[in-house]
Amino acid sequence: MNQMNELFLGIFLCSCLMLAVSSRLLHCIRIVALQGVLLGIMPVTLAIGHGDIHWSVMIINLSLKGIILPCLLYRTMLKAGVKRELEPVIGYSLSAGVVLALILFSFFISGRLSLPAGASDLAGLAVPCSFAVVMTGLFTVIARKKALTQVIGFLVFENGITLFGAAVMREHPLIVELGILLDVLVLVFIMGISVFQISREFSHIDADRLNSLKEEAR
Amino acid sequence: MNNSLPVFAVNFIAALVLAPLLPGIINKVKAFFAGRKGPRLFQLYSDLGKLLKKECVISSTSGGILRIAPAIQLTLTVLAALLLPMGFKNSPLMFPGDVLLFFYLLGTCRFFSVLAALDTGSSFEGMGAAREAFFSALAEAAVFAVLAFLVLFSHSWTLSGMLTGIGMDSWISFTPVLLVSLAMLLVMLAENCRVPFDDPETHLELTMIHEAMILDYSGADLGAILYTSSLKLWIFGSFIVSMLIPGNILSGWQETALSIGGVFASAVLVGIVESSMARYRFLKVPPLLISALVLAIVAMIFQLFFNGGIR
Repeated sequence: MNQMNELFLGIFLCSCLMLAVSSRLLHCIRIVALQGVLLGIMPVTLAIGHGDIHWSVMIINLSLKGIILPCLLYRTMLKAGVKRELEPVIGYSLSAGVVLALILFSFFISGRLSLPAGASDLAGLAVPCSFAVVMTGLFTVIARKKALTQVIGFLVFENGITLFGAAVMREHPLIVELGILLDVLVLVFIMGISVFQISREFSHIDADRLNSLKEEAR
Repeated sequence: MNNSLPVFAVNFIAALVLAPLLPGIINKVKAFFAGRKGPRLFQLYSDLGKLLKKECVISSTSGGILRIAPAIQLTLTVLAALLLPMGFKNSPLMFPGDVLLFFYLLGTCRFFSVLAALDTGSSFEGMGAAREAFFSALAEAAVFAVLAFLVLFSHSWTLSGMLTGIGMDSWISFTPVLLVSLAMLLVMLAENCRVPFDDPETHLELTMIHEAMILDYSGADLGAILYTSSLKLWIFGSFIVSMLIPGNILSGWQETALSIGGVFASAVLVGIVESSMARYRFLKVPPLLISALVLAIVAMIFQLFFNGGIR
């Protein structure tokens, strides 16, 4: 099963790169959905050969991150009427380079971490991958202007945390997982509503232009 | 390995003879997806036969490069094919570092096609040449990242050693090999001017790259160019196939059948890619090539940090 998990982690890294270079919001949403589905499957493939399988975590992750959240994002996208990120703060080629640097950096720092004794044998690969996913998510929040893309970046960031938890601490309590998920769900709901409000009020969802509203009004 | 030379020779001749089939296969696949009947499978053979009978018309502004460029390109491509392992057998010409020769033979081939396009004196062809030079410069970075990975992976400095060295045991952890194959597929599409980068169907459009450069050729010269591009497609297909399929699991002639079938399968894959997506805008091509580079580097990270995975 280790090859399977390794392949999943490889797909995770590739999805980060795709997120960095894709300008279509629909594309970004699909990538987040793919990550959610992978996160749903991974608890099972990780647990094979190690005893009990957390079916509940799998079902919740799969349904919430793989289906419900992407659907919500898609609905918000349709309502706000934005299809693509036109003028990112950091261009797409440079973004790919930055994400690559972040991946290298996360491999570098996780080589210096000492993992807990109870960590699984996959942790050596999963820790740098989850760091890379976390950093890509944060980078997306910084490097993109549209509020919707920033929400997507936040979701990717959260996926990274879940990946870290799933791969390193096989016995992590269900209640923590549920707490994180609830946070994210509420966030996406609120952001979905506020993105819609922003777009209705100002006919755009560029978050950086909201900063200068006051000065313009004066 | 004592009978490797005849097997290589048979594979090499098969590559030379069967290469014009690849565009036919791609067109058939595209026609299938479009619900049309499409041109015959052997269309390029008939085209080549027709073109060989015609005389060449050379532009009056040409300084002579246009006349010799097709022959040079054909020779260099055949030479590059000689360096590639065929049918999972080592090339008889292999020496340490021949990968550089291999890719720079193809690079010189491209150099001459760019030079000849400038030689025609047509601004339209100059535009195509500029694009070709720009995109292939970006593709080269990806190619060398792939090569660096292959050197790390196989601990061999010869092209044959690299490609045939990926055996059954390396499939214990296949993620880096898959990533690199994906990067190489992107490079193959870019180098052969296939769909996400260039549309070989368009013949008089401002957006085209390769077809813009060969507008001035006619007769046998055009035949040589068409044959060269199909042979190049074969070379890249064969590169990916020998990277993906582990050798040394079958006996000699089955390997031959497997590698030729694999190249045909790669042509089918190219056809599927072409029928399922549109050509990218120019602005989106550099990010795509850079992501090929990044894929190869990620594979290298996997290889460097984990020796190919968790054993």
